Amino acid sequence: MTPLVQVKNVSKVYKRDTLEIPVLQNISLDVPEGEFLALMGPSGSGKTTLLNLISGIDLPTSGSIVVAGTDIAKLNESALAKWRSHNIGFVFQFYNLMPVLTAYENVELPLLLTNLSKKEKKERIEMMLKVVGLSDRMDHYPRQLSGGQQQRVAIARAVVTDPTLLIGDEPTGDLDRKSAEEILTLLERLNKEFKKTIIMVTHDPHAAQSARTIQHLDKGELTKN
Amino acid sequence: MLGIAVAVLAFGLLRTVVTSWSSGVEASSANRLITRHAVSFIFPLPVSYRSQIEGIPGVTKVSFANWFQGIYKDQSFENFFPRVAIDPETIFDVYSEYTVPPDQLANFKKLRNSCIVGKKLVEQHGFKVGDIINVKGDIYPGDWEFVVAGVYTGKDKTADETQMFFQWEYLNERSRQTASWATDHVGWYIIQIRNMNDAPSVSEAVDALFINSSAKTKTETEKAFQQSFVSLSGAIITSLELVSYVIIGIILMVLANTIIMSARERIREYAVLKTLGFTSFHVVGLIAGESLFISMIGGAFGLILTFPVCQGFGAQFPTLFPVFKVANSTMVLAVMFSVLVGVVAAVFPAYRSARMKIVDGLRQIG
Repeated sequence: MTPLVQVKNVSKVYKRDTLEIPVLQNISLDVPEGEFLALMGPSGSGKTTLLNLISGIDLPTSGSIVVAGTDIAKLNESALAKWRSHNIGFVFQFYNLMPVLTAYENVELPLLLTNLSKKEKKERIEMMLKVVGLSDRMDHYPRQLSGGQQQRVAIARAVVTDPTLLIGDEPTGDLDRKSAEEILTLLERLNKEFKKTIIMVTHDPHAAQSARTIQHLDKGELTKN
Repeated sequence: MLGIAVAVLAFGLLRTVVTSWSSGVEASSANRLITRHAVSFIFPLPVSYRSQIEGIPGVTKVSFANWFQGIYKDQSFENFFPRVAIDPETIFDVYSEYTVPPDQLANFKKLRNSCIVGKKLVEQHGFKVGDIINVKGDIYPGDWEFVVAGVYTGKDKTADETQMFFQWEYLNERSRQTASWATDHVGWYIIQIRNMNDAPSVSEAVDALFINSSAKTKTETEKAFQQSFVSLSGAIITSLELVSYVIIGIILMVLANTIIMSARERIREYAVLKTLGFTSFHVVGLIAGESLFISMIGGAFGLILTFPVCQGFGAQFPTLFPVFKVANSTMVLAVMFSVLVGVVAAVFPAYRSARMKIVDGLRQIG
């Protein structure tokens, strides 16, 4: 069976003036559908860069990244934006909710790019907020929610379009232990019950235990499984 | 938003001062000519010129007027209003934009020392028919008493309702004793012509009539005549106009700076939107839309405020600005500037956010 994500010989070099900084070196990685993969490694190892490349918010210097049959390195900016809206759900470490929008409106944001009817959007938003356990907080603004609750809204926003791949960049990194546990449980549930393929970057070995597979990165190279 | 509102208000007020200053020019009639002394407006013309002017082809009526000035109560600004000696038989024919009730006009013609006052003077000073207005003469010495015989009103809002008209005969009669130099002389002639296209030929004909006399004349359209007064204060008006544009310029920079700062603070939000699948076009639209929304709401608020403020300002200086009305051109300019401010202020942040790489935006500490 073809893996959902195929990373082949990917390198990424950042340029700072005349200085070239290699961040990823000849990485190859396959992620099958339904996987829950944790990427671990020390700071500066290239975890987030690899995540950014897989999610199509950055482009590799060389190599190819095929997600669900699409070589995303070959897409132009607007095609890539459209591809992201259909295929990627992104959960950030610092939630990145829009402060002027309510929980409901934040979850609605990605749906603005779809052709769903108002009724369908409402049903989806309410269902997702129910899944993350925030049905009673949908009219609350981010400042009225705890960190854990904000991250649950962010997860609802990430999965409301039913994306192919859910990306988490240290989703528990800014949370206390209890809230982190809740988020990890939620991610596990999304993986098991809703068959979501998840790639998560984390520093935390405990968080990584929630994943089915763990990959380690060090100095831009995958070291061991 | 408040800053834009204040700027548009200041712009509207200054522009209204500028447009009101020349309201006399705008209100002037195309088929009226003014004949004055060729050297200066302050030199009088013989009253005998009238019959000669009446004989020129194309002329339908000739009236005349004479600046009286004088002091009402004191020399304060509030008590100043134009006091003009006129020919009661013809003045309201040539100035058909002024309306006087027939019975009041009849009384005015009958009583030598009577006067007709404008509606705004009535509102300002509380004059009513039968009142006596005491004026101390300066150009024409002595104490003068004028009985209010009637009130004139303008047919539209551009008409000046702040003047007091009295009989030239009364002025002439008393001038024989106190200002003999002015006896049988008038300040200027108002010539009504049949066809506005005849203005150049009639003007030439009038001036040609008196070219060899001791009091040569200069005849021009009423608009040109009014314009010559406005041009005396041209530097002030130009300065005011300049200041109004400078205000818009400053606000443009302030708003642009505010939008740029706001966009800089929200760069991470724009990066998140792009991560979710929104394109640069969406983000540019968002920034431009916000900028336009702020500038338009601020501009609309300022424009709405301009009307009562101008009304209050005009009420404070009714004689300086007989017509103080926000011109359509001022409203159009205010709206245009509001749009321009919104667009220009959005250009740099929109360009920056469109060029921004998502990963760079997400690294920003918001």
